[in-house]
Amino acid sequence: MKQVTASGQTTTDAVQTALEQLNTTEDQVSIEIIDEGKKGMFGIFGAKRAIVKVTIKEDPIEEATAYLKQIARQFSEDVSVTVKQSNKSVSFDLSGEKIAMIIGKRGQTLNALQHLVQVMLNRKANDHYRIVVDAEGYRKRRQDTLEQLANRLADKAIKIKKHVTLEPMPSYERKIIHSILSNNSKIETYSDGAEPHRHVVIKPVD
Amino acid sequence: MKALISTIVKPLVDYPDEVEVTEKDESNKTVYHLTVHADDVGKVIGKNGRIAKSIRTIVYAASSDTKKRIYLDIM
Repeated sequence: MKQVTASGQTTTDAVQTALEQLNTTEDQVSIEIIDEGKKGMFGIFGAKRAIVKVTIKEDPIEEATAYLKQIARQFSEDVSVTVKQSNKSVSFDLSGEKIAMIIGKRGQTLNALQHLVQVMLNRKANDHYRIVVDAEGYRKRRQDTLEQLANRLADKAIKIKKHVTLEPMPSYERKIIHSILSNNSKIETYSDGAEPHRHVVIKPVD
Repeated sequence: MKALISTIVKPLVDYPDEVEVTEKDESNKTVYHLTVHADDVGKVIGKNGRIAKSIRTIVYAASSDTKKRIYLDIM
């Protein structure tokens, strides 16, 4: 945390000095007055300097973006992060060279990255944010793949009249499957097993 | 690699100055040993080791262009 304690003849002077030291403006800091100071007699006797403590306000989302960038830089030099925020949900979109490395097999590296950014952001922020870390439209592509997979396996379950078990997936991917198949009346879906091996099962209805 | 590990871990703990990563070369792998302040152990491991798992996933992925296998040891 960046903060300085500065003194001056008046509190305003002290704040000004602190702002110069921090190289910032008043709207980006929080100010705590430690001592108001006293003018004293004729400005000489009993004068006390005003003391203030000025702290740079930290924006948790900006910090999270910096955190994400620092990690992504280890994979390739030119990775850029685009941040979109709407209310309590924040999405980070990564793009650049070697993006496949950052996504990993079935998105496992991307999911790990998302998890760490989530933990870090909710530690720093007082509010709870929902975050999504995406890389060049990976989440959308994955959703299309899951839709196809879900429909294909639903048909299979109906045809062979047996339960069909999918491979383990994180909760939001399972949710995609459940919601796609929710309006298919010939089958039912449920999740089985404990994390991280929890998986969707498609069951035909007779 | 040491830098990456401390970059990941530091913002997650209460005592960032006590995050320490040591590197040890073994015949077929490089072992990175991570130690944190006693109160922060839970923060780097997480519920059911989820955070530790995420850290490892990223560190292993980032090391894929180095020839040696690496191993991340926590505490």
